[in-house]
Amino acid sequence: MAEVKLTEIRWHARGGQGAVTAAKLLAETALSQGRYFQAFPEYGPERMGAPIQAFTRISSEPIHIRSSIANPEIVVVLDPTLLKAVDVTSGMHEDGVLIVNTDDEPKAIRKAMGLKGRTIFTVNATRIAQETIGRPIPNTPMMGALVKATDMMPIENLTDYVRKSFGKKFSEEIIEGNVRAVERAYAEVKAE
Amino acid sequence: MAKTATKQKIVAMTGNAGCALAMKQINPDVVAAYPITPQTTIVEEFANYVANGVVDTEYINVESEHSAMSACIGASAAGARVMTSTSSQGLALMWEELSIASSLRLPIVMQTVNRALSGPINIHCDHSDSMGARDMGWIHLFAETAQEAYDNTIMAIKIAEHKDVRLPVMSMHDGFITSHAIDRFEVLDDADVKKFVGDYMPKHSLLYNPNEPVTFGPFAMPAFYYEQRKQLRVAIDGSKDIVMKVTDDFAKLSGRQYGLFEEYRLDDADVAIVVLGSTAGTTRYVIDAMRAQGVKVGMLKLRVFRPFPAEEIAQALSKLKAVGVMDRSDTVGTLGGPVYVETKAALYNSKQRPAMQGYVYGLGGRDTGPDQIETVIGDLVKVVKGEESPREAVTLLGVKE
Repeated sequence: MAEVKLTEIRWHARGGQGAVTAAKLLAETALSQGRYFQAFPEYGPERMGAPIQAFTRISSEPIHIRSSIANPEIVVVLDPTLLKAVDVTSGMHEDGVLIVNTDDEPKAIRKAMGLKGRTIFTVNATRIAQETIGRPIPNTPMMGALVKATDMMPIENLTDYVRKSFGKKFSEEIIEGNVRAVERAYAEVKAE
Repeated sequence: MAKTATKQKIVAMTGNAGCALAMKQINPDVVAAYPITPQTTIVEEFANYVANGVVDTEYINVESEHSAMSACIGASAAGARVMTSTSSQGLALMWEELSIASSLRLPIVMQTVNRALSGPINIHCDHSDSMGARDMGWIHLFAETAQEAYDNTIMAIKIAEHKDVRLPVMSMHDGFITSHAIDRFEVLDDADVKKFVGDYMPKHSLLYNPNEPVTFGPFAMPAFYYEQRKQLRVAIDGSKDIVMKVTDDFAKLSGRQYGLFEEYRLDDADVAIVVLGSTAGTTRYVIDAMRAQGVKVGMLKLRVFRPFPAEEIAQALSKLKAVGVMDRSDTVGTLGGPVYVETKAALYNSKQRPAMQGYVYGLGGRDTGPDQIETVIGDLVKVVKGEESPREAVTLLGVKE
């Protein structure tokens, strides 16, 4: 298994888009790889539609640090309207990775944000979710994009785990819809 | 993974889910609890176990924490194995019942998910709730991680019910930071936990000895009260050995060895931080980084706050040059936080002792990052070099000026 140094991820979303579930699912997938992790949302007076943050740490070694993530290597934005509402690149590493759910090209996002350095990935996860799952919930496709952008594990590990963990709760149709969502986002995400 | 005789499962769970799982594995006779953030998910999950019939517990829905503790006291006095859980204002509302539980020598185990006391109202972590109850005659255990919160819950039952202890135990973990973060840890088999905690057979109880009635909670005038309080003091002082016996037995089962406190890279250290709860993890992270730069720094992480292991702490810290004690609660109107004041007092009669200064941090969930720990270590190094005198007043870390 490939060694993974301590990697810190920050998720930006709106309440109801499934960022906390995605952070949790990623942690559980990491466990299935024998890795160490932490996943924690930022708790506040959040409600449906309000901007929220969630955090994930992943490492090959036990993780001791317990404070919030101030300098993430990876930032995942589940809602493009947050780009104007929240400073999503705050504290972000110079060589970090920004992944945005949007129909725009990475170049357009870079220009709109005036962003230098970093690698920008974009994918229309909402449309993919609508077409595969039948609901505009972008969290699972964004995980496919995240795996592509970071190369943190083979995509099959994620799809296998989605099948395994969703299998307890959901119908075959929903499970396969989510798997297709992950695979499509993995294939369709664009980088710059 | 630790090498042990028994098989364990690695899970991805929140600290609260781990604590609810420990409760399920203990299968107490009675649980009386009232939900309060951030403890809620413990009682919620445990209520599921009750509803699904996987435990035999009588779950008493009460209308307040005062009633929760009252019901626990009644059930425990009758001879039942009893558990509950609370946070912050919930613990405050239990206040008058807490000292009754301990003076009646009732082995109630309460998971206390640390949250700041109002006001202003706040839902996030600090230790002001359980620290406010530090003199109520309960044993206090603190956890750094979800693993420790799970492990301490199981050990707490055995410590509380031991015939030479018979005292209530509070098992603490940090609200949200530990309670709501998904963490990786190992859990024991149900059968192993069941065997470890064993059956509870109290010496005096209505349930088991109905023909030998005893009085619980009598009136005690000046002729008797004082001696009862002395017995409480003797019991909690004496519980230290039992805490360690149970801890060592648990290590044989789980492969995870704990102590009254943990000494982390303390052997050759010049300076050290004393801390408890989740911030010990961040401190460990910073110590590793600063050690790599040649700074001789270590940590004493307290696990058992009551009984306070004063003698052992004095021994562990006496040879250091400077020590910073970090409190996630402020005891206003006196010298500083409770861990600081007591650690300093523990060293007073030592022939050799370090310079000491107190720090308050993280009140109401204020994030405590590596920078704050680095500040403390930097301060201590200045004291050692003689560039600064030890501070008399506590330093409030991370407060906005």
